[in-house]
Amino acid sequence: MKLLNHIIQNEWKTLIRGKWVIGYGLIFLFLTDSLLRFGGGGSETLLSISNVMLLFIPLVGMIYGILYIYQSREFVELLLTQPIDRKVLYWGLYLGIATPLMAAFIVGAMLPLIWHGVFAFEVVSSAMVLGLGGVLTLIFVALGFVLGLAFYEDRIKGFGFTIVIWLFMAILYDGLILMVVFMFGDYPMEQFVIAVTMFNPIDLARIMVMLEFDISALMGYTGAVFNRFFGTSTGILTASGMLALWMAVPMWVGLRVFRKKDF
Amino acid sequence: MIEIKELKKAFGDLSVLKGMNLTIPSGQATGIVGPNGAGKTTLIKTILGLVKADSGVISINGKSLNGDWLYRRNIGYMPQVARYPENMKVYELLNFIKGLRDQDAVYEEELIEQFALQTELEKPLRTLSGGNRQKIGATLAMMFNPDILFFDEPTAGLDPRSSHKFKQRVKDEKADGKTVIITSHIMSELEQLVDYVIFILDGNIRYYGSMKDLLSESKEDRLEAAIARMMDRDSSEKPGIKNENSLKSGQAVPH
Repeated sequence: MKLLNHIIQNEWKTLIRGKWVIGYGLIFLFLTDSLLRFGGGGSETLLSISNVMLLFIPLVGMIYGILYIYQSREFVELLLTQPIDRKVLYWGLYLGIATPLMAAFIVGAMLPLIWHGVFAFEVVSSAMVLGLGGVLTLIFVALGFVLGLAFYEDRIKGFGFTIVIWLFMAILYDGLILMVVFMFGDYPMEQFVIAVTMFNPIDLARIMVMLEFDISALMGYTGAVFNRFFGTSTGILTASGMLALWMAVPMWVGLRVFRKKDF
Repeated sequence: MIEIKELKKAFGDLSVLKGMNLTIPSGQATGIVGPNGAGKTTLIKTILGLVKADSGVISINGKSLNGDWLYRRNIGYMPQVARYPENMKVYELLNFIKGLRDQDAVYEEELIEQFALQTELEKPLRTLSGGNRQKIGATLAMMFNPDILFFDEPTAGLDPRSSHKFKQRVKDEKADGKTVIITSHIMSELEQLVDYVIFILDGNIRYYGSMKDLLSESKEDRLEAAIARMMDRDSSEKPGIKNENSLKSGQAVPH
């Protein structure tokens, strides 16, 4: 535990000094602030923030995770020759870089919400948007780690997969499902749609936001089916359960790869 | 003492270590030589636990390695390429590694002074020259006073003065009874630093013995010539037919 803290703290120190993370937090700060200033405030603004978050956090998280693996290669190898358990090192590095990124988003977006008084009004919704951003950060940094470790020698491939996975999950997914449903319109598709929604954390997060704000018009196809199938509260519960699973799986896969890998 | 039995490692289809047997007694200074891609780095990385062997046993000081990491408390490793987090300062790196190892850094100050690193301590690592980074690597390897020291191409980026200081230090460590293992392509450097030579070719140990014997057997007075000759002879031989004084990997103990 002491060792884990030591590694995490060291990562924090170097990250903060890199100023990169601070800039990332500031972007969300300015964005939220200007949305609140010009967008009228309230739930519409929270929705806009969540739209930006759903699009960018996965991309930034994955790029960040994979870049860390590629940039710190020699350093990680040096650390691996020290008398420490690989498991501890993995958690130290992962938490050391994922948590500052998560904190940057949460703090950056929360401050304007507080000083514009939105946070006090809509505590649950605000907390949900911020929390989902945090969860997505953890998921996608872990995915970036997995991709970096899997394509350790082949950076082009690693980055290529990162972009493709992001495009697929963040942009194409809902459209593809809609297309499939359209093609097989004569068959009952509800269960299929529910099932495939579970495979996309961004979709799950989006559906949770939509259910919380109760705007079926903006839910997209998967969201609408989800709502009809589960109803609001069960829907949110199911989606958060799946998101928890989504957090655990990439982290665990990353740990397994890290422990078995030849560096 | 490092004992290796039937060590095998393949990366995909490429078999890099082909059933290697090797015993390195405590306190011996050994140089590992061989052409690029022969398996030198893989061998060292396997001993360090960076690479996991497909089969075979490695034991250090009589204890075989099976997923336990504490054996690395006795090992210091200086990598070939020294790259560290850019924003970290030198003293922070030293403190970080000290915190990881939780061992007494007995030689920290001595090494910093020896390598003239005092003026670099407050600088971020990205501003350091390649040579200074190498020296930091050497400091990290030796400051905890481990019994076994690995140096991978240690003097490649060092200026003559630092290189001289480094060699002096390695000689001191040797005199102190440490097991020193060096890989290098600079044969003159090995002549100065090591007493035993392991020549690895194609995943097997082609020669393992004392420097003196190697030189007298090959009737050369320089290591470089002796090794070059051995490589020439191998390439002119048909594969599968081994020269009589070449060691089969099964009998790789120093003679």
